[in-house]
Amino acid sequence: MKLLAPERRIILKNIETPNLHQLSVYQAAGGYQTARKAVAMNPDAIIEEVKKSGIRGRGGAGFPTGSKWGFVPFKTGKPIYLLCNADESEPGCFKDRLLLERNPHQLIEGIIIASFAVRSLKSYIYIRGEYATAAKVVQKAIDEAYGQGFLGKNVMGSTHTIDVVLHRGAGAYICGEETGLISSLEGKKGYPRLKPPFPAVSGFLNCPTVVNNVETLSTVPWILANGGEAYATYGTEQSRGTRLFCVSGWVNRPGVYEEELGCTLRDMIDGHAGGMKEGAKLKAVIPGGSSTPPLTPEEVDKATLDFETMAKFGTFLGAGGIIVIPDHFPLLKLLERLTEFYWDESCGQCTPCREGTGWLYKMMKAIEHGKGTAQDVANLQKTANQMMGVTICALSDAAAMPVLGFLKKFPNEFKSAREHT
Amino acid sequence: MKYEFTPERMKEFQKVKAKYERPRSALLPALYLAQEQWKFLSDEAIQYVAGLLEMPAREVFEAVSFYTMFRKKDMGKYCLQVCNNITCTLMGSEALLDLLHKELDVGLSETTKDGMFSILSVQCLGSCGTAPVVQINENYYENMNCDRLKITLQQLRGTT
Repeated sequence: MKLLAPERRIILKNIETPNLHQLSVYQAAGGYQTARKAVAMNPDAIIEEVKKSGIRGRGGAGFPTGSKWGFVPFKTGKPIYLLCNADESEPGCFKDRLLLERNPHQLIEGIIIASFAVRSLKSYIYIRGEYATAAKVVQKAIDEAYGQGFLGKNVMGSTHTIDVVLHRGAGAYICGEETGLISSLEGKKGYPRLKPPFPAVSGFLNCPTVVNNVETLSTVPWILANGGEAYATYGTEQSRGTRLFCVSGWVNRPGVYEEELGCTLRDMIDGHAGGMKEGAKLKAVIPGGSSTPPLTPEEVDKATLDFETMAKFGTFLGAGGIIVIPDHFPLLKLLERLTEFYWDESCGQCTPCREGTGWLYKMMKAIEHGKGTAQDVANLQKTANQMMGVTICALSDAAAMPVLGFLKKFPNEFKSAREHT
Repeated sequence: MKYEFTPERMKEFQKVKAKYERPRSALLPALYLAQEQWKFLSDEAIQYVAGLLEMPAREVFEAVSFYTMFRKKDMGKYCLQVCNNITCTLMGSEALLDLLHKELDVGLSETTKDGMFSILSVQCLGSCGTAPVVQINENYYENMNCDRLKITLQQLRGTT
């Protein structure tokens, strides 16, 4: 078993320090020194360092962060916005909540560095409405940072201005989608928008906009302090660095664990999370949050947590939400819960998603209650297939993928429905 | 009833609005303030917010129905929000809901006659590592079980 030694941690380096959310404590641990260094640097050199690190966005899509920053057109004359996506709502994910509640200054320092790199004068942290405690902690941290001259005009004695505003959502999964988030921030319901144009070119108020996840931004200070190359020594060829994994479900020690990408899923479950609760047998693992297709026990034994291996098993790392499902629990009940979730959260804009999520839920409900027929199982497959790649955003795909994954990998679970014809 | 923010809330609203480039970006904060003042968002409250933000009432109404944390009707003093998503279901949230229905004798999205409690089934609250979770008003009650939930109900009843 090879687990990341605590002293090698990046994002959770100081997480156990008491009162880390206070500016003085964060500073005593070396905090804000990197931001000070950054504002004296050439912004392009910062982007270069982040490119060298190879870090890919930690919100789910896994787009290289350095490239995203590099796409921003700096000379349009329009203001550039940096939006921090703290709308963590993917079932199975709770890592951003930990960072927001326990280490808000690390995030603010990341925002200062990122803002400086992409020439943004104004940032919004879009936090999901339910995270009321985190919102209070982050607001206090922002106020403290303003008080010290780390935010506002002449950041850290430079000529740069960086304003940060905390914006609370009000309960909508779709606002975690970057263009849905932008619509919401503009005072509309959170309808996603067609891409292109990508937010980097035309986003918030039709201005160039960078949207980065909490974890991504929280990693930026370490990258700049230690260099992109040092970061790239962690992880695998295509999956550089460490990331946070949220382990939940039937394990002895559920929680958030930082690991090098490429670690084995078994080490995550048996090492960090302390193995199966009550010695239960494993039935399935959802590896990256509710949208990601499940893994069978045989696949779990072989899987490593990196982008390339997950793709080989037909699934994704997503936002790092590992849900461990024991043998004694009815798998289809969980899939029924999932289909209800996507039906509930579909914004209703695109027909395949609005109608498809509803039908997936209705059919799963019938099947789960023992009233499904073989035709329902066939229709489930057909409907899910028709929801892939045909809508404005990825929610439709996110709803269809787990259904298709369960059908493919756990066909026997649907057997009782088939016998019902 | 006259629909107008109290002077303190109006001050708070002006302060928040000033943080944004466009007034209507302050829609969610304004609706939070309105809900805080009137407990739920009636058509009159929606009209009032629309006037403040100089936007069509129809679009404010759309937002109120779009975001789950806004309420179109009055709720109990305590909103008991049980997460129904995968991990919480796996860790026993159905038993919590059953217990609430039995103890309070009301169904989903209903309020007890004394106006104390409403029972709601909600989506993932980002508390899967400490599942199951019940959110009561703004507070998370994590690692919940039936015994603790019973005690919590008793405590809340005692605070009327």
